[in-house]
Amino acid sequence: MFQFAQRRKLFFLISACVIIPGLIAMIYSTIQNGSPVKLSIDFTGGTLMEVSFVRNVDEQEVRDALEEFGLSDYVVQRLDPIATDAIDETDEPAGSRWQLRFEETDRIDDLKVYMQAPDRLGEFWSPKSVEEDPTREDALTTSSVSATVGAEVTRAAILATLAVAVIVLGFIVFAFRRVPHAFRYGACAIIAMFHDIFVTMGIMSILGLLFSWEVDALFLTAILTVVGFSVQDSIVVFDRIRENLPKYRGEEYDMVINRSVLETIHRSIATQLNAIFIMIAILLFGGETIRQFIAILLIGLMSGTYSSIFNAVPLLVAWEKGEIPFVNRDAKRRHQEELTAAS
Amino acid sequence: MRGYRLWLVVILAIAAISIWMSLPDNPGIHILGMDRDVKIVQGLDLQGGSRVLLQAAPGTDFDDQTMEQAAKNVERRVNGLGVTEAVVQRQEGGRIIVELPGVRQQAVAFESIKSTGLLEFVDFSTVTPGTIPEGACILTTEQVARAEASLPEGEAPQPYDQYTCPSEDLENPVEEPALLQNGQPYRTIMTGAGLSDAAATLQGQLGTQWAVNFVVRDGGDRVSDFINYVANNANRSMAIVLDGRLISYPTIQADLAASAAAGTMDGGIITGDFTRDEAQILAAQLKYGALPIPLDIIAFDTIGPSLGQISVDRSIRAGIIGVITVLLFMLIYYRVPGIAASLALLLFAVINFALFKFIPVTLSLPAITGFLISIGTAVDGNILIFERMKEELRAGRSMDRAIEAGFERAWTSIRDSNISTIIICLILYFFGNAFGASPVQGFAITLGMGLVINLFTAVVATRTFLHTIVLLIGNQLRERQELLGV
Repeated sequence: MFQFAQRRKLFFLISACVIIPGLIAMIYSTIQNGSPVKLSIDFTGGTLMEVSFVRNVDEQEVRDALEEFGLSDYVVQRLDPIATDAIDETDEPAGSRWQLRFEETDRIDDLKVYMQAPDRLGEFWSPKSVEEDPTREDALTTSSVSATVGAEVTRAAILATLAVAVIVLGFIVFAFRRVPHAFRYGACAIIAMFHDIFVTMGIMSILGLLFSWEVDALFLTAILTVVGFSVQDSIVVFDRIRENLPKYRGEEYDMVINRSVLETIHRSIATQLNAIFIMIAILLFGGETIRQFIAILLIGLMSGTYSSIFNAVPLLVAWEKGEIPFVNRDAKRRHQEELTAAS
Repeated sequence: MRGYRLWLVVILAIAAISIWMSLPDNPGIHILGMDRDVKIVQGLDLQGGSRVLLQAAPGTDFDDQTMEQAAKNVERRVNGLGVTEAVVQRQEGGRIIVELPGVRQQAVAFESIKSTGLLEFVDFSTVTPGTIPEGACILTTEQVARAEASLPEGEAPQPYDQYTCPSEDLENPVEEPALLQNGQPYRTIMTGAGLSDAAATLQGQLGTQWAVNFVVRDGGDRVSDFINYVANNANRSMAIVLDGRLISYPTIQADLAASAAAGTMDGGIITGDFTRDEAQILAAQLKYGALPIPLDIIAFDTIGPSLGQISVDRSIRAGIIGVITVLLFMLIYYRVPGIAASLALLLFAVINFALFKFIPVTLSLPAITGFLISIGTAVDGNILIFERMKEELRAGRSMDRAIEAGFERAWTSIRDSNISTIIICLILYFFGNAFGASPVQGFAITLGMGLVINLFTAVVATRTFLHTIVLLIGNQLRERQELLGV
């Protein structure tokens, strides 16, 4: 039988091997750039450019032009005037009009020249008002814009995560009230949850430093998903422990735990496989703009399953045996007494 | 088996309604006083929408702080309308870019954004009902005070008869002169700043008339004046004026005056000839306050999806491939129970989709992610049950008892894990709402809805389907247990 509970130190070590480099990356990134992960224009704001082309260009061409110019963080949206309103329609563009948002760059003029090359997007179309008064052009078409995700939203997500930790802890203690030391189950589920948040953020931070992966508004959603899934996974395993404890009363605690993990492992694998099917499908066939989001989600979900089986459950055993520093010293003493008595 | 037949009927009825609502050309529900379109609303990131470019009106003074306040206010108003996941962004030069999902809300949002939202309760104690039409342009002491406060140093104030309201008719922009009372402005009793909350409600005997409920803030600006006025003017009128336009001037009922005199009045109702959208706009304006500066609309466009059309099309196709893979996995791995699970999963998807259209839930990428995660949980519920069933079969139980035991034993873990995630959704929804973080809210709504529906489909529906299958081909199943995935 595979010894989940007994090999716990190895599992904690594996987690540490992922989390510690992540933490170092986050600290380094905070010192370098002022935030633990590399932030996209959703959080930092950037430059907004509104351009019209004489030729009718399509979205892919615009994206390709920005990419080849060397921008990595951009949002491209087509604009079409709405006819029924009070705004004068004398400046109707002939080709197509686009709103581009991208990171702050001092090469705006180069970009304009680059885009207008005949083999790329072709010439800009300028409205009559600009031809009459050239000073209007820059004010109309290029300007800096604020973040679309305000600091409030980020703060809401952080506060919500902390509130989740407290309330879910309370719920688990309530749901497991008939099990001895119900508080430990709640605490271990929450520790596993923070483990997953740190793994996800740490890996994102490393990817940011190495490959300039940027965190956009969707990252908040990814983190919140990880939070939800992580707790769910832990509860499923704990539920089996709750059922097995009275059933195998004479058995050692770590044996009951081991049995419970083995009994639920089919479910854990099957569920994880299903989540992976959907993610991989989107990674392979989905659009580029959400690929990073899905990749991060995948990392988070895998971490969630790992942490519930290989962290939350072994932590329970470690706690029972008094191996956790500063908590439950009595248990450790008792355990050692039992050992000496047995020998 | 009786109970399952009843459930089967209920499930089929729910499925039929849901499929009808999911039809792409559903005509909407227009019976029994309900008047509702049933159609899919997609977010800005997936479908695009409209973009309104606002600029501080010429001649107004603004700095970074006022613009930030104005942007925040605009965002709250837009969110207050139930327009989810709008993007509000400040642009240099006193501009605010507002991007709104969908097309339906355009006209509504347009109205809501452009008015500064100065609401006044005005002394109409000497006006006979019916003499001034609703929509008339009214000059008040508050408007004069504000106009004079923003005058440049040394400039003479405008005479009262020079005040105008901007034209409501966009085609024919003629400014309308403001009405005066004996050459003087009407007296403002209280402004919207004295209110702490407002909401659109249905009023009237049939509950079909839209109105706006409000609560005054205890000790708020001029609230005592307001209460005094109501107490001393029973059976006389009080006018409600928004951005200089008369909304209505209801007569103060004697019992309201009595409760004001007794100090027990904490709010009231603004009635008028409102549509639902108008009532919601007014409530949002009252709740989130007036804009610090007037804004002009300088451009109005439709805008493409922020994630890019190409990317959205591909991702939807990829998502469908993913879900089909999951269905195939369930069929191959769990065989006959897999059929029940796949049917339940299709039911789950259809019910969700119908509700997305009915409520309506704005489908943005975060919202769809929430839905996909809930699909994951729905599948997980069935996996928990079937794994349990296999365990019981391996332990040598009969098929019928194993099926029962599978559902019963798996129930506690499905219940507890779902409840914990539902709690998480409630917290996320609450925080999203409090901080105006609508992507967080969208995610929480679809995930939470999915989990509640899942408690029904994964357990009740799968069980009913499985029992029906057992009823039909039970004997073959008992002989060939490999059909149960063992």
